[in-house]
Amino acid sequence: MKSTFILFTTVTDKVKKLFIFLIVLMASEAVHAQLQIEIISGNPSALPIAIVPFQWEDATPPPINSMDEIISGDLYRSGLFDPMDTADMMERPVDEESIRFGTWRLLKVDYLLIGSVRTPADGQGHELIYQLFDVHTRERLLSQITTVGPGDLRYGAHRVADAIYQTLTGVPGAFATRIAYITATGFGADLRYELVVSDADGFGPQSVVGSPEPLLSPAWSPDGKKLAYVSFEKGNSAIYLQDVATGSRELISGGKGINGAPSFSPDGRKMAMTLSRTGNPEIYIRDMATGRLTQLTQHWAIDTEPVWAPDGKYIYFTSDRGGKPQIYRVAPTGGKPERVTLEGDYNARASIAPDGRRIAVAHGRGNEYRIAIWDIETERFTILTPGVLDESPSFAPNGSMVLYATREGTRGVLSAVSADGSVRQRLILSEGDVREPAWSPVIR
Amino acid sequence: MKNVWQLTLAMIIALALTACQTTPEVVPEPTPEPEPEPPTEVVTQAAPDPHDYTDSRNLDNPESMLSKRIIYFDFDKSTVLPEFRGIVSAHAAYAASHSSARVTLEGHADERGTREYNLGLGERRGNAVMALMSAQGAMGSQLVVVSYGEERPTCRVSDEDCWSQNRRVEIVYTAQ
Repeated sequence: MKSTFILFTTVTDKVKKLFIFLIVLMASEAVHAQLQIEIISGNPSALPIAIVPFQWEDATPPPINSMDEIISGDLYRSGLFDPMDTADMMERPVDEESIRFGTWRLLKVDYLLIGSVRTPADGQGHELIYQLFDVHTRERLLSQITTVGPGDLRYGAHRVADAIYQTLTGVPGAFATRIAYITATGFGADLRYELVVSDADGFGPQSVVGSPEPLLSPAWSPDGKKLAYVSFEKGNSAIYLQDVATGSRELISGGKGINGAPSFSPDGRKMAMTLSRTGNPEIYIRDMATGRLTQLTQHWAIDTEPVWAPDGKYIYFTSDRGGKPQIYRVAPTGGKPERVTLEGDYNARASIAPDGRRIAVAHGRGNEYRIAIWDIETERFTILTPGVLDESPSFAPNGSMVLYATREGTRGVLSAVSADGSVRQRLILSEGDVREPAWSPVIR
Repeated sequence: MKNVWQLTLAMIIALALTACQTTPEVVPEPTPEPEPEPPTEVVTQAAPDPHDYTDSRNLDNPESMLSKRIIYFDFDKSTVLPEFRGIVSAHAAYAASHSSARVTLEGHADERGTREYNLGLGERRGNAVMALMSAQGAMGSQLVVVSYGEERPTCRVSDEDCWSQNRRVEIVYTAQ
């Protein structure tokens, strides 16, 4: 039984490899369809929208997934939109004059996007020209040209989705962003950890660093160009800072004890981190220009997982100074920490919403860990996810969704949940254990 | 081109079918246990007294407390439980009598809770063992604590039995 199983997986792997090879053969753009996305629960009040296939006037051929497919996919995953299947479109207008609004009304579409792609006058990159209409009022809600560099058509499509999202919800989109996460593959001596960066829709995963020793806690710099992370490659935890594009990196902290939980200040000039150089984990702040360290907390408790408020006025962190892990906050200049989360036995690893008013935490109750949101002003607690081992919440830079790590059997997968908890989606890596997601800032 | 598409379609179907068939089979592969120690030379002398914790032969003598290297802990706790104090004392006695001995105390946590907090918890457990060993004559310069948090589980099932095996401090000799 065992041997047939092994044989079987080998054959499957070969089929997969051949399949991937064929895909690469057919398209110049290599697609790593490693992440699947599945909507677990949908939103019945999603807005019906039609993204008409773009007219192609560009010198280069379209990407393997058409622009409308990428845009519709983004909007669908947000849970707020119900994009129409292109096969159901009776017409494919290319300009305002050729839109017959009555037809779209009959098809029960509320919003309509038309667009085209062309090579700009200077011959560099691509111009995406698009217009968004309200089908009922015939009003043009958006008319825009977005220019992207050569090879950035997918990014361009995400930018269009961002523009639609902002126009119709009033909140900036977060589709043209990236996510970082850690994967662990293999067993025993073959165990390998990787820090991976991909588009927010899971496409284009690229390994930033790999190691046979554990990697954890990736944290983006505010400009989205660098990642700080913890690596055990030298036998103990150490914090590194790496340029995502060039791969160059520097050791930030590698002293005795724990070197963990890096987090950038909103202006990128400082980094909060956990060090146990005194024999006990405390929060420190490092000035990135001078390298000077300031100790922020001093308590026998475990103080860790510091994260800056978006306005920079507080550092939130996890501490068990009250007996169990809870979220506290303290000014970056020091002072007496105050407790923030007031409900539950275990609240840790805060992620602060961009409005600064809500914090997402890993919330433990008995053996069940769920992602919950604590509203700082109303002191109201909302549990967002079903558990049972959910952790590492990371707010989208527009606050609309929370990415987090969860389990399926013995394997880690990533999921995203809308901030109101109504829509959940799962991002599955085809291989290995996926954890420690970190949503990038908006990169413009 | 059409042929390529047909072939691809066939591949997709084949992949889908094999994927369907293998899905229920995705069982965690048994983790091969690494061989803990290289084989020791056969000692022809008189067998060591298992209670003599200054005798280095007892480090590999299953009869002796000194051969035991793992201290287990309760959930979210770092108190060395009474049943494990004997093991800690044996290693403290060995370290005290062998100034060349160097010991790394690897602290670990189970998977529940967040990774960075668990790094703190693993260190706290390592520190608890270190404090006990120091109090019994081991020198601070002989001992170092490294916390791996929940990153190096020995068992990967989400139940209490498995969690209890992962909440541990491993006493690792880097020099005897």
